[in-house]
Amino acid sequence: MLKSIRAFFDARDVLEVETPLLASAGNTDPHIESLQTVFRDQSYYLNTSPEFAMKRMLAAYGESIFQICKAFRDEELGPMHNPEFSMLEWYRPGFDLLQLMDEVEALVLALFDKEREAFIRLGYAQAFEQFGLEPYLATASDCRNCAIKYGIEQPVGLEDEKDEWLDWLMTQLILPSLPSDQFTFIYDYPASQCALARLKINEQGVTVASRFELFYGETELANAFHELTLVDEQRQRFQAQNEIRLAENKPEIKIDEQLLSALEYGLPDCSGVALGLDRLLMVLSGSSSIDEVLTLPWERV
Amino acid sequence: MATYSTNQFKNGLKFIWDGDPCSITENILVKPGKGQAFNRVKMRNLKTGRTLERTFKSTETVEAADVEDMNVEYSYTDGENWHFMEPETFEQYAADSVAMGDAVKWLKGQEPCVMTLWNATPIAITVPNFVELAVAQTDPGLKGDTAQGGTKPATLETGAEVKVPLFIEEGNILKIDTRTGEYVSRA
Repeated sequence: MLKSIRAFFDARDVLEVETPLLASAGNTDPHIESLQTVFRDQSYYLNTSPEFAMKRMLAAYGESIFQICKAFRDEELGPMHNPEFSMLEWYRPGFDLLQLMDEVEALVLALFDKEREAFIRLGYAQAFEQFGLEPYLATASDCRNCAIKYGIEQPVGLEDEKDEWLDWLMTQLILPSLPSDQFTFIYDYPASQCALARLKINEQGVTVASRFELFYGETELANAFHELTLVDEQRQRFQAQNEIRLAENKPEIKIDEQLLSALEYGLPDCSGVALGLDRLLMVLSGSSSIDEVLTLPWERV
Repeated sequence: MATYSTNQFKNGLKFIWDGDPCSITENILVKPGKGQAFNRVKMRNLKTGRTLERTFKSTETVEAADVEDMNVEYSYTDGENWHFMEPETFEQYAADSVAMGDAVKWLKGQEPCVMTLWNATPIAITVPNFVELAVAQTDPGLKGDTAQGGTKPATLETGAEVKVPLFIEEGNILKIDTRTGEYVSRA
């Protein structure tokens, strides 16, 4: 798999790069927890993805780059999660999300020995509308009613947070409805779930996040952004995420000022995507647990 | 009041749910890539023995159950209760069938067990992960099948039924994984 991936990017003139796994600043995303380590009394974060370091490189270099590396996330362990996992991440200056979607599809198809059908492309709104919910405008109570209608339990602690409801319905209703043996792209996420994606106005005139995800059946494989290049907006999002972290009694994360400097210097207009290689290997090998594709499962490291 | 948050959830963790002590038997992380995580939990109500499933948003906390685990040795059953002894104080404890649950399938005598007490009452018994038990009854395997991966049912001396390879015969001593109820090897 690794050999084919490298050949794929070599043929497309995408340069393989390596960035540090340790960083003095971290990921503020309230749903992602960083692991930390200490060097000479100074705390360092293990990267939750190589995104920040690669964007700093991109601001200086300006050409297409890819990286295969380890990423680390605290609290994530289960049949689909390992705290240490392998990630393929790449950035394409000048690409919009559609071009990147085509490239992700071409890469994944190149890893299969036999012909496969084209990937399904499903709008986020389309995905929910088949269950009678308009996700951009819906309220938390609309989401709750949708859950009741389809017999989905209300998790303990899930109350009036609409995005959390959408996440819950995504895992319980939308993903199980996707064909289990096919790849599906879901695109145009709600603006409130933009993370590091730029916002855009979609064909229906709604402001959405320029973001897509790739799934195989219910398994999430990749997440892509048309990258936000506006430094002020990025700073505000980091700060807002830290406020959410504080409200949820989670540790505040040091904002990556060096990334913000790079954005200030100028990040090329680009799209980027991160693809979980362990999960991709699970799909290629028909494994049902991530332990089956790891050299040493977590219990044995 | 001690509490546990969802990131401390693991198999065997005991907490109060709906007024009863529960023990987690399965904890699966449900997490859309960049979104809110949830813990889908299977838990055993330690009083009733019933298993229930609930999902928790992954920032929730629950009240820890004040339960005590004690090392005991299984002595005998009178048909209604199962009697255990604390090996240092020789104190006797009797567990009823609700507290015993699946443990009854694996005990014949003198096995070291862990007894869970809530308000000084035995409410759960954890048997050793592996036990060695003799086969009381099984049909003979067909000739020539020894190389195949097939299985057949066998009844053990405690009455437990397990699937065993075709070459196993009556009287063989088997090593069983009590957590899965599966045959491991010949002892």
